[in-house]
Amino acid sequence: MLFYTIVLIILAIILLGVAIYAVVQKDLLYAVIATGVISLILSVFFFILQAPDVALTEAAIGIALTTIIFIITIRNTSRMEDEMPLDHEPNSESDNQVETK
Amino acid sequence: MKKLLIILLLAVVGYFLTVSMSNIKFGANRMGDLSQPKTVGAFYLSKTPGELSVANVITAIVVNYRGFDTLGEVSVLFLAATGLGSILYKKKKKGEHIPTVNKPSSALLQAGSKLIFPAILVLGAYVFIHGHLTPGGGFQGGAIIATGFLLMMMSYKDFTMNHSVITWVESLAGITFASIGLIGLIVDHSFLENFLPIGYINDLISGGIIPLIYVAVGFKVAAELSGVLDTLLSIKEK
Repeated sequence: MLFYTIVLIILAIILLGVAIYAVVQKDLLYAVIATGVISLILSVFFFILQAPDVALTEAAIGIALTTIIFIITIRNTSRMEDEMPLDHEPNSESDNQVETK
Repeated sequence: MKKLLIILLLAVVGYFLTVSMSNIKFGANRMGDLSQPKTVGAFYLSKTPGELSVANVITAIVVNYRGFDTLGEVSVLFLAATGLGSILYKKKKKGEHIPTVNKPSSALLQAGSKLIFPAILVLGAYVFIHGHLTPGGGFQGGAIIATGFLLMMMSYKDFTMNHSVITWVESLAGITFASIGLIGLIVDHSFLENFLPIGYINDLISGGIIPLIYVAVGFKVAAELSGVLDTLLSIKEK
């Protein structure tokens, strides 16, 4: 029981780190792969917490299908995140530039 | 200013989550006595082996007790796939083939995926055929099969999926699910009622209509997800 608790705590710390990395990362391909890693850790979580049904779903859909759909989207759009300040006003010139790119 | 607002909002959400979660006794047995069920969970756990003789209680809940919800879920997935197809549909010229990947994959990936593809299909089929005995079921098995097709699409440039076959498989599986429900309505006066003999627990053929429905759901989900992936992958890069 203690072993599982330690494993869960370590996995939770890794999960938090990867999640923050996915948010901060400007290269969207790396961010998407980080979300895939989140799904991987989550499916291990579900398995340890005795929900193997959910773990199977998370493994197939979260790791493979969602990641691939995001990667296809990145292939057809741009790879890098556009720099946009947080207090960005809509309908300004930079917005139009993004659309016509 | 906005960053401050966001932090404030997160703090408020975190506070209320902590307050509401702190009253839940995680890990404690909240089910009560199984021989005299008081909660819904205890009722399911105690009644499923006798009423349906299904080993996997989750399957019994998803397909039998809450079967109507599953029909709704399947139709939501169907609508999502249809919507995506109707937005991205492009009429192909006769004999035209849009490659799914631009660069040919390495020989290692091609040989490996050819080797592992049948194994993935068998695993997916196992997961949805044994949905009432082991963890898993139609959705999981269908998603696993779709990942197998995805692997083939990504490693072989000229791997095509016949869209009419996909449509037929999808429609027939959906019709099977709905008509099993309707037969239940006719025979036992309730939609999706179990009208087949339930057999013995842990047998492959047991649980009445549950294996039939899960096989149909598995085929349907596999066809839908691989159709979605094929549609997405065959968009031409600008």
